[in-house]
Amino acid sequence: MAQKQDNVISLRGIVNRFGKQVLHDGLDLDVRRGEVIGVVGGSGAGKSVLMRTIIGLNRQASGSISVLGQRMDQISDSERTKIEARWGVLFQNGALFSSLTVAENVQAPMREHTDLSPQLMDELAALKIRLSGLPAEAGAKYPSQLSGGMKKRAGLARALALDPDILFLDEPTAGLDPIGAAEFDQLIRNLQRSLGLTVVMITHDLDSLVAICDRIAILIDRRIRVGTLEEHLKDEHPWIKEYFHGPRARAAGIGAQ
Amino acid sequence: MNDPGWVKFSTSGSMAIWSCGGAWTIDHATRLARDLAIPAEAKGKAALIDLAAMDQLDTSGAWLIRRHGNALVEAGFKVETKEGDPDLAVLLKRVVEIQDVLPSEPHRRNLGDKVAEIGASVESILTESRDLLAFFGGLMSALARLTMTPWKLRWNAIFSHLEQTGLNALPIVGLINLLVGVVLAFQGADQLARFGAQTFTINMLGISVLREMAVLLTAIVVAGRSGSAFTAQIGTMQVNEEVDALRTIGLDPMDVLVVPRVIALMVALPLLTFFADMMGLLGGGLMCLVLLDISFGQYLGLLNQAITVNHFWVGIVKAPFFAALIALIGCFEGLRVSGSAESVGRLTTRSVVEAIFLVIIVDALFSILFSYIGV
Repeated sequence: MAQKQDNVISLRGIVNRFGKQVLHDGLDLDVRRGEVIGVVGGSGAGKSVLMRTIIGLNRQASGSISVLGQRMDQISDSERTKIEARWGVLFQNGALFSSLTVAENVQAPMREHTDLSPQLMDELAALKIRLSGLPAEAGAKYPSQLSGGMKKRAGLARALALDPDILFLDEPTAGLDPIGAAEFDQLIRNLQRSLGLTVVMITHDLDSLVAICDRIAILIDRRIRVGTLEEHLKDEHPWIKEYFHGPRARAAGIGAQ
Repeated sequence: MNDPGWVKFSTSGSMAIWSCGGAWTIDHATRLARDLAIPAEAKGKAALIDLAAMDQLDTSGAWLIRRHGNALVEAGFKVETKEGDPDLAVLLKRVVEIQDVLPSEPHRRNLGDKVAEIGASVESILTESRDLLAFFGGLMSALARLTMTPWKLRWNAIFSHLEQTGLNALPIVGLINLLVGVVLAFQGADQLARFGAQTFTINMLGISVLREMAVLLTAIVVAGRSGSAFTAQIGTMQVNEEVDALRTIGLDPMDVLVVPRVIALMVALPLLTFFADMMGLLGGGLMCLVLLDISFGQYLGLLNQAITVNHFWVGIVKAPFFAALIALIGCFEGLRVSGSAESVGRLTTRSVVEAIFLVIIVDALFSILFSYIGV
């Protein structure tokens, strides 16, 4: 069946352009079931646009996208809704609904996609809030009462609301303190192991790349190069060399390998 | 896909066993929550939760297991868990480890809280009035300072706001006043015909359009159009911390954001009112032509006898005051936005309501003043 497919997401020949600026030119990418893939690239290389293209917020100029074995441009709206219930997205700044409390934010996807009893929804929302590292009291707060890092955690709690198969994370550890970031990495690893979760993570955090990413996709020259860290270390491309052999990479312990 | 999750209850000797298997995921959570009961025959036995047959577990499933375990402990059972797949055990362990999942019971509201709420809202009205007055003072001092140094005024911003609030409002202001002129003339002619006094239609029309209707309607349209835009623009900047950024680079939001808007609107509204006067009289004239067979030349002649230039000035002199009020409230509410997009919406609504309310109050005060001095 569709779920047993090895590639959870496959992109073929994706082209994205804004006006005359070509961002992606015939980009191919396969994301395997149960892996954590880190997407890196320079500022403006189109990492966020790539994520938005996969989740359907940005329509590609050409190319095809398959998620969980279904061609996203060929399926009906109801099939699409089903697929949408199976991914969770964490936006860069949390993108919480500002008129709802954190607990209501987490419950929003549950209300839409499940028939859980209100009591069970309350409990599950509270669990997800605690699971993402927030104190229980945070559930009753509004997003404007939270700090940036807490918003991010609340956003993760919402992304996890439906226990999705695929988790898209846009810079999940940016803005977190190192301890929080390490916990966050660990949390994603744990969930990923026990749920067989597939994680697509845009990140600049070299520590996360080393700690939890199985493979790394580098957006460069409007295409993507996917490989393990070891493979990328051998790459002779100047930007990649700079990225993995720069001072920050050495600080993260990459140079030592 | 794995089998849907299931739970079976059985007893064996002194053990009460709940065997759980299949996929314990959110899709099945409602049913599983219902099936996880504690039957009567379990009483007095040792409880065992057997997870060996479980294929898939998500946090919802793990929560149900934890909840069931807790319920059993509360009911006085001695609980053991037989774990299956080690990967699933990791998640279950994590879910079980989390403490204080549910926050303490929310505070129940009583009469004291109600009284406190009334007090708090009265206080907030008073603070807001005080803040508005302080803001008005700040604006006046900024205006005074900038009159001394007019080259420091942001002329680009002023002209841009002049275009948005004045020029772009011409079609809607013109249309509304034209129609009101038509309606006034029609109603006037209809009612005055009973006394055979149709010709006084023109007196009524001229006086009501010039003194009240044109300026009031224009102010209300502008409050809805530009006052709300001011609040939303400044409010969104506030949400994005742009206003704070202005402060940190040494720019006073009062000079950069508020003064250009106030000046632009104080110029735009009198001009719009003049345009509204003309359109209102034109609309009335059209109706007189159709209804009373008064040609346009005759209409202008009668109008000339009916009204004096004072009527025109009484209307137009109010416009800058209304404009200052609308811009002041629009900017004030915009700067009060804090944090969320929802607050932008709330304060925009409030800014329009307050502006229209105060415009009408001030209009009433002007009426009293004008009748006192006899114009």
